[in-house]
Amino acid sequence: MTQASLGESVVQKIVQAQNNGVAANITRTQPLWLLAEVTYRCPLHCAFCYNPTDYDKHTQNELSTEQWIQALRDARKLGAIQLGISGGEPLLRDDIEEIVVEAHKLGYYSNLITSGVGLTEKRIQAFKDGGLDHIQLSMHDITEEINNFITNTKTFELKKKVAAMIKSHGYPMVLNVVIHRYNIGHMREILEMADALGADYIELANTQYYGWSLVNRSQLMPTKEQVDEAEKITNEFREKFGSKMKIFFVVPDYFSNRPKKCMNGWGEVFMIVTANGDVLPCHSARVLPNMTFPNVRENGLEWAWKESPAFNKYRGDDWMKEPCRSCSEKENDLGGCRCQAFLLSGDAESADPVCTLSPNHHLIEQAIEDSKNPVLQSQPIIFRTDKNSKKYVAGDKERVESFHALP
Amino acid sequence: MENNIQHADVYALAFHHRFQWEEAQQSYVILFPEGMVKLHGGAGEVIKRVNGKATVGEIVADLKAAFPDAEGIEKDILGMFDMAVGKAWLRKV
Repeated sequence: MTQASLGESVVQKIVQAQNNGVAANITRTQPLWLLAEVTYRCPLHCAFCYNPTDYDKHTQNELSTEQWIQALRDARKLGAIQLGISGGEPLLRDDIEEIVVEAHKLGYYSNLITSGVGLTEKRIQAFKDGGLDHIQLSMHDITEEINNFITNTKTFELKKKVAAMIKSHGYPMVLNVVIHRYNIGHMREILEMADALGADYIELANTQYYGWSLVNRSQLMPTKEQVDEAEKITNEFREKFGSKMKIFFVVPDYFSNRPKKCMNGWGEVFMIVTANGDVLPCHSARVLPNMTFPNVRENGLEWAWKESPAFNKYRGDDWMKEPCRSCSEKENDLGGCRCQAFLLSGDAESADPVCTLSPNHHLIEQAIEDSKNPVLQSQPIIFRTDKNSKKYVAGDKERVESFHALP
Repeated sequence: MENNIQHADVYALAFHHRFQWEEAQQSYVILFPEGMVKLHGGAGEVIKRVNGKATVGEIVADLKAAFPDAEGIEKDILGMFDMAVGKAWLRKV
């Protein structure tokens, strides 16, 4: 649902302690992190959502409670330990209570990733009793105007109430704020708000451009100067708060010289089961061409993780082309993100264009230029709505495809 | 050591942290929101004994008794406490 679930920082954090550093070996990896995207239905319409633009076709065929419970059991056997229950808005399902109980029984450290819409006293009490370990709440801005604008809803007051409810039930306060042009100038105020809400953790997730956020990229991207300033302010607050409030700043890769080690490597530590049962190594993998992903309705998770062609395709570095193949830094980032390489250059096996050594790096420079272009900036934002998604499903793909071939 | 660990100190696992044995990892881990640390053998043995009641001194004595062949482990144990407090995995009670 939020960009937090992109999980980069999560994976980095896990891996600080345990580097699976596996070469092209298919069995020594473990899916430490399981993300259950239990539904793509969502009451919010965030312009930066990373969910697939054609999510609407996955809203009628969601897995049943029993299928989710089986998936939890199977993933736990494979070594999964951190569980994210996400979406869409997971609270739109009425069986989250049952899923939470099972997760606790199995020994997961479980996390509900929510917008807060649909969280009631009754439900949070059931989650607490059932053993849910924490709740990650998405916040959008300190101003009602920006919150309501970027989510295309009126949810500002509700979020404040939900934050208080989470705290009062003894949960750690874990906030996620997706950062974009409309709120990056409020970094100081956002961090002060987090402190006032008693946040234990706050993740400042600079927008990464997949799904809806890619469609709206020119309208969402801040300038390099704004990002630098935001990071500076973040560091000031880190000094001020020490370990009282942990602040994670997810660096926007468009302004880096080297790509992110996406998901800490394909099929290394991260596994996603989507609303309709597809099993993915990353959130947006289904954009990649000529790939068939396993589905829990047909294959077990063990086969999906260890044997499936999809999970093995980009494990290790055998698949790499130049300039990555002979690059002395290839272990650092594994060539970056396959989805980003494909979405921007049309070639999933090419170096992530973020890298200054990539022959396609000009695509990133162009995107940064485009974000300063007043004509593009003034294009209407396309919000994540069922109606807009239906258009993508129905074959109104021109706009999406034009992005594949950007610029 | 930065956190000035004393033998009389008593520590507990930090709030919202969980310590457990992971079969698939064959090691102890500490779990917390958005992350996990895998503890190598010795570190796991130290944290396993942290319960909000035992003093650091008692834990040192217990480990010395449990691992009589390990020489000079006191320094390592105190170093482990120092790191765990520094990382906020433990809180003083």
